[in-house]
Amino acid sequence: MADMPDNGKQYASEEQLAYAVWLDWGMKLGFVTLVATFLAYLLGLAAPHVGHEQLAQLWSLPVGEYLKATGGHTGWSWLSLVGRGDYMNFIGIALLSGITIVCYLRILPLFLAAKDRVFTAITVLEVLVLVLAASGVLVAGH
Amino acid sequence: MHAPLRRLVAVISLLTFSGAVLAGDPTAAAQNGSGLPWWAWPAILFVVTFFLGIVAVLGGVGGGVLFVPIVGGFFPFHLDFVRGAGLMVALAGALAAGPGLLKSGMASLRLAMPLALIASAAAIVGAMVGLALPAHVVQTALGITILGIVVLMWLAKKSEFPEVPRADALSTALRMNGIFYDAAARREIDWKVHRSVKGLFLFVGIGVMAGMFGLGAGWANVPVLNLLMGAPLKVSVSTSKFMLSIVDTSAAWVYLNQGAVLAMITVPSLIGIMLGSLVGVRLLKVASASVVRKVVIGMLLLAGSRALLKGLGIWN
Repeated sequence: MADMPDNGKQYASEEQLAYAVWLDWGMKLGFVTLVATFLAYLLGLAAPHVGHEQLAQLWSLPVGEYLKATGGHTGWSWLSLVGRGDYMNFIGIALLSGITIVCYLRILPLFLAAKDRVFTAITVLEVLVLVLAASGVLVAGH
Repeated sequence: MHAPLRRLVAVISLLTFSGAVLAGDPTAAAQNGSGLPWWAWPAILFVVTFFLGIVAVLGGVGGGVLFVPIVGGFFPFHLDFVRGAGLMVALAGALAAGPGLLKSGMASLRLAMPLALIASAAAIVGAMVGLALPAHVVQTALGITILGIVVLMWLAKKSEFPEVPRADALSTALRMNGIFYDAAARREIDWKVHRSVKGLFLFVGIGVMAGMFGLGAGWANVPVLNLLMGAPLKVSVSTSKFMLSIVDTSAAWVYLNQGAVLAMITVPSLIGIMLGSLVGVRLLKVASASVVRKVVIGMLLLAGSRALLKGLGIWN
């Protein structure tokens, strides 16, 4: 195996290996999706919500003004526009941004089975932090 | 200097700042439509990030730390979108490297998890503050931070195998230790860490900066893990890289949810830097580490100065 140390011994723990395997698959899925949707966007196979010419006139605006000018929304409302070429790319971006949460959920049972209370708590807290960030309830803006 | 490397440095210098040269005032060009066609900026971005990917690998830095100040300083995109893209660039690099580093045992999940928890929560705060502050304030703070990184890179020493006389109570309780095989030394290295409470506190600041500026934070992670906490250099670099996949995830969601991620900026950058990294790995054999390091420091010095002067309204 390419990822094994030169001496062939295994130094990674069970939970570390499980995390790595899921991260690997999730990362690959995210990249392939991102490249495929971007090609569809670039080649005009799916009409964008914001046209290419218009985008070039607006990308120098702060995000708040950009959203106002394009009728865009915050949070998960992009899902309603996911058929559009530009927003279609958010599927791959969300996969790449979400895989870490899935990896943490994968190792949670392993820490529970090992009765490792501290790392069980750390895993749960990290999932909560990432889910909070992903939820869209945190509002910021100029 | 090696001839191919000299040519590479020349091309990088040319392409990195081609945006400013080609369009004069890039913001105006994009806004009034009299400058380049819409596809030109993403195309230039792809080429520039390709070379940034090469330099990042050769210089041993993350792509994000080069990407944000250079693209933010010389391209017409608003800093909000550049930081969103910067986070995705840093995240993608960390996700790509993570599985291999974890499987080989070079990165340590037990060392990363407690630190990443603190840093990822702080990164959310940093991202929200960064998106709430006026762009010129963030630009100024970014310039100061990048110039600080230049000083850190210039002065900071690294320790291959720091001496840790005794693991502290917290790191012992969390079992933040391990064994890895060092292929260069051809032996197993048994490692442990100390000063973990101080390390946890520092990761609050690192997380805030990662979220606020959209930078990967390897430049700060590695000195804290290696010089303060005493993890071996290879474990520090690998664990830092893996940690970015967790810390940048939380900040990336904030930027994504606020609408500060544009596919036309993010995807060419991400693909460019990934392809550049692949080429960079191949060039590692012929590149002079000290020369590349100086090039990286020079680029950061210029980009940091540009960000600072742009933020202060001196060089718009």
